[in-house]
Amino acid sequence: MRYEAPKTLEQAIALLAGANGRARVLAGGTDLVIQMRSGRAEPELLVDIKGIPELRSLAAEAGGYRVGAAVTCMELIEHAAFAKAWPGIIDGVKYIGSIQVKGRATMGGNLCNASPAADSVPALIAAGAIACIAGPKGRREAPVEEVVTGPGKTTLAGGELVLSFLLPRRQPRSGDAYLRFTPRSEMDIAVVGAGVNLTLGAKGVCSAARVSLGAVAARALLVPEAAAALLGSKVDAAALERLAAAASAACRPIDDKRGTKEFRIKVAGVMARRAAAIALERARGQN
Amino acid sequence: MSTTLKYEEKQLKIVGTRPARPDGVDKVTGRARFGADYNLPGQLIGKALRSPHAHARIVSIDVSAALALPGVKAVVTRDDFAEMPDEMAPVGELMINFRDVTRNMMAREKVLYDGHPLAAVAATSESVARAALALIKVEYEVLPHVIDVVEAMRPDAPLLNENQYTQGVKPKPERPSNIAKRLEFGRGDVAAGFAQADVIVEREFNTKPVHQGYIEPQACLASYSADGQAELWTATQGQFVFRAQCAKVLQMDVSKIRVTPTEIGGGFGGKNNIYNEPLAIALSRKSNRPVKMVMTREEVFRATGPTPGANVRVKLGATRDGRITAAEAVLNFQAGAFPGSPVNQASMCAFTRYDLANVHVVGNDVVVNRPKVAAYRAPGAPIAVLGVESVIDEMAKKLGIDPIEFRLKNAAKEGTQTYYGPKLGPIGYVQTLEAARAHAHYRAPLGPNQGRGVATGFWFNIGNETTCSLNLQEDGSLTLLLGVIDVAGGSRASLSMMVAEELGIELDRVRPVIGDTSSLGFNFLTAGSRGTFAGGMAAVVAARNLIEKMRQRVAKVREVPVEAVAWKDGRAQPADASVAQFEPMTLTELARMGGKTGGTMAGHAEINAQGAGPGFGTHIVDVEVDRETGAVKILRYTVVQDVGKAIHPAYVEGQMQGGATQGIGWALNEEYVYGADGILQNPGFLDYRVPVASDLPHIDTVIVEVPNPNHPYGVRGCGEVPIIAPMAAIANAIENATGVRLTQQPFSPPRVLKALEGAGKAQG
Ligand SMILES: Cc1cc2nc3c(=O)[nH]c(=O)nc-3n(C[C@H](O)[C@H](O)[C@H](O)COP(=O)(O)OP(=O)(O)OC[C@H]3O[C@@H](n4cnc5c(N)ncnc54)[C@H](O)[C@@H]3O)c2cc1C
Repeated sequence: MRYEAPKTLEQAIALLAGANGRARVLAGGTDLVIQMRSGRAEPELLVDIKGIPELRSLAAEAGGYRVGAAVTCMELIEHAAFAKAWPGIIDGVKYIGSIQVKGRATMGGNLCNASPAADSVPALIAAGAIACIAGPKGRREAPVEEVVTGPGKTTLAGGELVLSFLLPRRQPRSGDAYLRFTPRSEMDIAVVGAGVNLTLGAKGVCSAARVSLGAVAARALLVPEAAAALLGSKVDAAALERLAAAASAACRPIDDKRGTKEFRIKVAGVMARRAAAIALERARGQN
Repeated sequence: MSTTLKYEEKQLKIVGTRPARPDGVDKVTGRARFGADYNLPGQLIGKALRSPHAHARIVSIDVSAALALPGVKAVVTRDDFAEMPDEMAPVGELMINFRDVTRNMMAREKVLYDGHPLAAVAATSESVARAALALIKVEYEVLPHVIDVVEAMRPDAPLLNENQYTQGVKPKPERPSNIAKRLEFGRGDVAAGFAQADVIVEREFNTKPVHQGYIEPQACLASYSADGQAELWTATQGQFVFRAQCAKVLQMDVSKIRVTPTEIGGGFGGKNNIYNEPLAIALSRKSNRPVKMVMTREEVFRATGPTPGANVRVKLGATRDGRITAAEAVLNFQAGAFPGSPVNQASMCAFTRYDLANVHVVGNDVVVNRPKVAAYRAPGAPIAVLGVESVIDEMAKKLGIDPIEFRLKNAAKEGTQTYYGPKLGPIGYVQTLEAARAHAHYRAPLGPNQGRGVATGFWFNIGNETTCSLNLQEDGSLTLLLGVIDVAGGSRASLSMMVAEELGIELDRVRPVIGDTSSLGFNFLTAGSRGTFAGGMAAVVAARNLIEKMRQRVAKVREVPVEAVAWKDGRAQPADASVAQFEPMTLTELARMGGKTGGTMAGHAEINAQGAGPGFGTHIVDVEVDRETGAVKILRYTVVQDVGKAIHPAYVEGQMQGGATQGIGWALNEEYVYGADGILQNPGFLDYRVPVASDLPHIDTVIVEVPNPNHPYGVRGCGEVPIIAPMAAIANAIENATGVRLTQQPFSPPRVLKALEGAGKAQG
């Protein structure tokens, strides 16, 4: 096995493209190294992307933020302005492992590992984040919900990698939140995750909303029906109940050691409702 | 000869204080060497090939391609080990059979569980060893398997051992069975007892196997030399028992194997049994190189012993005024692939907290296609007690009596006749109940969806063969060489404290060291909460033996009769004013002149400690139940326990908190999950959920001290009692919060939510 740490994006793409599909991008390694140790991943070439400045930068852009795919979770959490603008994304990254794990782990890795239970992904989808992808044919953009297709599978073509995430400009009276259900209080894997991002109009009526669910289907879902339950409402109890019902209805879970289908369906509604209540609170606090 | 030293009340200087432990610095600085930290020049890495089937006949094993791989130095299979006859031998609180031991470490006719080893290779690197395993060709004839204990007991169940006939049934059954043994305990007449009852409660419970949760995977290093001697370094709870078992299965003289116990990263009963050790020695013998074998976490889960799962039925009758008239239980325990579940202990622990006239307990030891069970803190007792203490709680509620009051009305006391044999001596059960009732926790207000539960536990504790030496060094400092393993973390401290107390010297003059098997005589496993009881008794015997030798030496040197010499405050002094007076002599003076006045001095103990004192505990827990998700949060927890005497109270509290923590994990989320194919689905700590720190509140402790009359300092042993009550206490608290009684462990969110929904008590 070969390890390369290119200093430019071009070199990284060339290395990836030239390895016949036997190369893997290495970001924090908190998924990949474990897979290699267990024998589930056996790459011939590791392309460490942490030396490429563009992947490691977090900067304001167009009134929003551009977050390099290899920015670590701890860097995000400690970035006060970003954390204030997108508390729901911070909710998501905070769940990822311990402080030590978060010191290495990245949102790029969380997305590209393509686990349906990845915690930052529903928050990114709810936020309307756009992934910037670079490859041998140049750059392209895709909404985060279109990057993953199923467990361990993405739409990334040979030689492509995720460069950054663009978070749009925040509207006034907006709030987001992500909640997950796990049997343990931490160091666990989501049985259900729910991200909600909403904006209130001047009179407190919901004017925009996005809802995303994790761990209830082969990939994180954007659930427009659940968002529709909030639009035009004051996010009152009745609207929250409709949201919960729509969220439950959107689930296509499996039965496994982590939870039964019926449990996941029920709890998805509960988590979506509770996340929406937190997002509402945050939106009201942001004038 | 068995040994008991009677309890003597005296002024204490060191016992009962909280000094830092002698092994602490090495552990916090990372210097402590655990099993996997040992290496030898030229060592090979050993790896085991494990069954991918729950049950299959081994048609053939072809290792030729593996042996041909460059870097592979040896391969062993069943052909490298002798057939063993049926022969029972004690291991901790369990009895084992060498026919089974040899088959468990290396499958012979059949593989009996997912993970069962059937070959092992030694190679120059781990990657070569893994590649070699992939080259071993095994032809299996896959057989139907059985995982569930109730299914395994059915007459038409797939049989694990075609030659196994249920013991304990007369006449001998005509057909073989997965039920290895049926046990029965009782006294009085239960039918008459139930006839006297005003209220009868009967319930059935099911539990899953759970893992001890030791952090260190099994690891060993073996070196076999050309003259037929073997050395073994291993993380074990019993260096002598491991040596005995390895000698037996490898057909070697006991004295030709030297086992050095390494620092141990947790055991809790899970490191009482050999797994890779004989394979490593056999590979070393074949390859002429040292062989190291370290299990992966997955191997630990698939192939070492958890504590059993079980099916338990309990029936209780009581009068309106709260007297229990009859108690009955059936305990069906999974033994794993070979007989030997702790159903015996569980049967005896089920009702022993109560003074009962009419009791009947039936226990079945049942083989299933899972790894052979091992001990885990008070083996079996928490499972029986989940059933019994749940039913006790329900009965108290039906009778409208406070649950602690109900237990007090029926509590076992000194003189209570047990249903399994002895009368109980002085015990502290009532004291723990009274202390719990008086505790502020018991009266604290509860919020919505919150509930409080109480449950109690009893464990025998044991003594057994114990050795130690106390060497007086030339400067007056002492080396305490111990045969018991410091498995719970703290026994090196406690045993040194008793020695310093006996000798009247500073604690840091005593350096405790755990001995290898060549440095001391046979020592039983460190199990059954015997470390501080039996190890402490041996340490006191050795200290008194040394004092005796020093008195004689002083008498000789000072030319006075030995009766005139007393050992007080760390020195030899005239016994009183009436005897021949002489210049006192300190330990240091004695040590300095030792060599010239007759040789160096040492105290020894080779004892079989008897008189272990039963331990009792009462637990109180508050929970909050999320009715929308089924999540149970532990809000507050208090452990009250009679430990006889807390030699080092901080470490005793640590035992109480640790036991409660493991019990909380057992109650809430821990379980082995097997698929329909009989394959373990959660062999790792991601999906086998032990509690993390943030799942737990501070666990409050109340130490009760009713001295054990059969120990010089009154010690009972305290490590096992605290894991017994938590599961039942939490079930009772959930019932108190929601009105729903849980009978399927673990009380994980999906199960709790389903139970709430079933009772119409869920929300959302
Ligand atoms: C103890 C522990 C606890 C954890 N807890 C959680 C948790 O609670 N929630 C959770 O969601 N996850 C958890 N994880 C998983 C992991 O930490 C996260 O998924 C993390 O975000 C992965 O990021 P990484 O940078 O370490 O990825 P890596 O391991 O470096 O990469 C993961 C995958 O993505 C690919 N990749 C990485 N970056 C890119 C890129 N820019 N473009 C294309 N492909 C890329 C890699 O090739 C690899 O296939 C945990 C892991 C551990 C070890």
